[in-house]
Amino acid sequence: MTDPTQPPEPPQSDQEPNMEPTTSTSENVDVATTTPEQSLATRPVAAEGNIVDPDAEVVFDMNDVSVLYGDFRAVRGATMKIRKNQITAFIGPSGCGKTTMLRCLNRMNDFIPTAKVEGTITYHGVDLYDPAVNSTEVRRRIGMVFQKPNPFPKSIYDNVAYGPRLAGVRKRAELDEVVEKSLRGAALWDEVKDRLKSSGLSLSGGQQQRLCIARAVAVGPDVILMDEPCSALDPIATARIEDLMREIKADYTIVIVTHNMQQAARVSDMTAFYTTEVNPESDRRTGHLVEYNPTVKMFSQPDDSRTEQYVTGRFG
Amino acid sequence: MALMTPGKAGQTASEITAAQLTSSKRDVAGIVMLVALLLTIISTLLILFVLIGRVVRDAIPVVTGEGTAFLTNTIGSNPATTGIWPGLYGSFFIGVGVVVLTIPIGVGAAIYLEEYAKPNALTNVLLVNIRNLAGVPSVIYGVLGLIIFVGWLKPITGGSSVIAAALTMAVLVLPIVIITSMEAIRSVPEGLRDAGFGVGSSRWEVTKDHVLPYAAPGILTGIVLSLARALGEAAPLIMLGAVTGLLPQPSLDGRFTAIPMLIYNWSGRPDLPGEEIGWSNAAAAAGLVLLLLVLSFNALAIYLRNRFEKTRIGQ
Amino acid sequence: MLTIQDLQGNRKQANRERLMRRLFGLAATLSIAISLLILYVLADGAFTFMVGIDWQWSLLTDTGWFPRRERFDLRTIVTGSIIMGTVAMFVAVPFGLGTAIYLSEYASRRVRTVVKPIIEVLAGIPSVIVGFFALKVIAPDFVVPLFDPTTSRNMLVAGLGIGILVIPIMASLSEDALSAVPGSLREASYGVGAKRVTTVTKVIIPAAVSGLVAAFIISVSRAIGETMVATMAGGFDGAGPYSGWSVLSPGLTMTAAMTNAAGGTDAVKGGPSFDVLFFVGLLLFLITLVLNSIGAKFVNRVRQKY
Repeated sequence: MTDPTQPPEPPQSDQEPNMEPTTSTSENVDVATTTPEQSLATRPVAAEGNIVDPDAEVVFDMNDVSVLYGDFRAVRGATMKIRKNQITAFIGPSGCGKTTMLRCLNRMNDFIPTAKVEGTITYHGVDLYDPAVNSTEVRRRIGMVFQKPNPFPKSIYDNVAYGPRLAGVRKRAELDEVVEKSLRGAALWDEVKDRLKSSGLSLSGGQQQRLCIARAVAVGPDVILMDEPCSALDPIATARIEDLMREIKADYTIVIVTHNMQQAARVSDMTAFYTTEVNPESDRRTGHLVEYNPTVKMFSQPDDSRTEQYVTGRFG
Repeated sequence: MALMTPGKAGQTASEITAAQLTSSKRDVAGIVMLVALLLTIISTLLILFVLIGRVVRDAIPVVTGEGTAFLTNTIGSNPATTGIWPGLYGSFFIGVGVVVLTIPIGVGAAIYLEEYAKPNALTNVLLVNIRNLAGVPSVIYGVLGLIIFVGWLKPITGGSSVIAAALTMAVLVLPIVIITSMEAIRSVPEGLRDAGFGVGSSRWEVTKDHVLPYAAPGILTGIVLSLARALGEAAPLIMLGAVTGLLPQPSLDGRFTAIPMLIYNWSGRPDLPGEEIGWSNAAAAAGLVLLLLVLSFNALAIYLRNRFEKTRIGQ
Repeated sequence: MLTIQDLQGNRKQANRERLMRRLFGLAATLSIAISLLILYVLADGAFTFMVGIDWQWSLLTDTGWFPRRERFDLRTIVTGSIIMGTVAMFVAVPFGLGTAIYLSEYASRRVRTVVKPIIEVLAGIPSVIVGFFALKVIAPDFVVPLFDPTTSRNMLVAGLGIGILVIPIMASLSEDALSAVPGSLREASYGVGAKRVTTVTKVIIPAAVSGLVAAFIISVSRAIGETMVATMAGGFDGAGPYSGWSVLSPGLTMTAAMTNAAGGTDAVKGGPSFDVLFFVGLLLFLITLVLNSIGAKFVNRVRQKY
């Protein structure tokens, strides 16, 4: 299948990901030099039940996507398909472009004046960067939760109701319903139902982040992007949000950037591993996609040796 | 030092160190510097107190003599019975005009420069231009007002009038309003904008619903300070032809005056010997009114700034 | 699957966005219109003036400034501005810079919360009131008894008044410059056991020098642009040869010349004695523009360094 004399290429995403872990057929994959016992000890374990449907509808189809800031190429050549109702994790060392890539999916990079996106990203078949596309509309359908919880300095109710109000919902009863549904959906309702009027900022960090999730959900998106949503939270709050992600994945497509491999292993169905390469002349780092496979495979028998090294903690 | 300086014979190492650490070598240069600095601070404060004190002192005969009639009387030829009503009238409407004009234009320009403008050469030109305008002497704004608002726009302003003065003062303080509003908008944390965009708000919605409310105290502070400045300026008034004599019926489109103009004019009139209330007393009284106005606005601005800083930090 | 129409968004909202953007942009470009208008008004008036008096360069050097007699000795008014400005800076620099150094390097937090508002109060005092102060206190209670000048209104009195006005500006800009020096520099100096006075004079002030120069230049610009104190207390007198002046002589600044031409002693509407104010105004505008630009360049140098 692969030419033994060529170095292994990053797997193309039009290879259908398999459910069972496959043994690598390429002879050029380096054999891990740690003993099996050692690699098992440091290797995150993918959760069972992260079963991946290879025929699920494609939500994002990314083809050779690069992002440049001015003439600096921050991340290059990413080709992958993100599918419906799955949790896809972007992992990799810092500076590898995973957040940059995430922000392409809802056109948040538009706010950086020098940013330019090459390649194509289609969303349900539509080119996201077509000039006729309204980026505000994009962000109503593709919501985002940020690293540092950022509730509006308003009441809990107004935080969640903000999105629906923008969409034109005015009637009190309808808003009440949306607010309750979204807060339930974010597993926050029981904790705040008696104090919806109090400020969103009066909640704890983990609660604020769930409020942000409720706020994103209230808009009625079909995709939720999460940029290291738990990195500012304590482990207990983190666990609650991970549980939440598993609960809501039935209704949304989730893409999460995380620097925590164990989290990716616990939570995601598909994992994309990015890394940086240093340009020897300019000493700048350009990120690129190394491997994209079901999580179960990524953390047990990844195709690429670099992935193996990263998930066993030997670099990054 | 501890290793290099020999101690007296028989002292232990710790005794030597203790002696060095506690030795009180006089820091002459330091003391001289501190005294000099303290003198400058104290002198500066003293100057301020003497200044305000003199204004108050000279104003007292008018305050005890005429009392509040000073505020309602029109300008007279006798310092004992003169009043500043036309000046109050003029200053009031100048203030109103400044606020009404600078809020939409000044804040609007600041919003554009901070939220909408791309960082390119044209934007840079705008910024440099605004900074330059902030440094233009007030008398030159007076010239501008004279030609444009009193001259060209006479059909609208009625010539040398309160309206022309209000427009002139608004243009004068506009750069300051823009700069302070920009600073207030810049202080809005980026995460707040991210949150707004993340739920699909447009740029205007993010600005209107999140950025402006957050920046409002800072913007307000800038406007209040600009108002105080506009009320105190006299040079443009001279250029615009403000009146210093009789003005029985002040109106919006007729000849006008304002408080600083009266102070200017009355300060220059000699005091006649034997007078209990001379023109310098009238000038001081008018100055007292102006000081009270200007200082209360400054105090309001400082209060606003402190109060809203506290709610920010509380987050 | 979606179509592009689904992602186009609301037409009404898109129009509203465009409208708001245009409105705000209009507000911003108004500032350029103001600058152009100022230049036009001044240049047009200056041109009218020059045509009206049958311009010759020699007119600039006829001694004395008597507009109604068509004597426009620019040296008179420029020297007046310079001398008063110099006197003002002799007041503003020690008091302003001293205050700034004290607040920035010596004062405790409690002292700062008391002193800073007081400086802000001084900054808010309108210039007419300082003019009043100059006439009623500085002249009769200080300058006249101490120096016995020929006239009580003279350039020393006015200069001192302008200096008082400029102190807060000098103090505030100098303090900005000193605060911009990173704390690590202070720590480095104290860390090797230097005394405070040594740190301040040998480390902090040299590090802040760009900002301090900017503060100085901008303060000079404000002093030159000051009108009311100069008009009220300068003692308008255009006579006297340009070279024989002392600070105790009465003097006329560019700014006071303008107010005199408009509404003061030289007021005759129209004609060269009026139009000269545009000429002087243009000169004043250019001088302050140059000074402010140089000051801004120094401020940028500070920003780049840190």
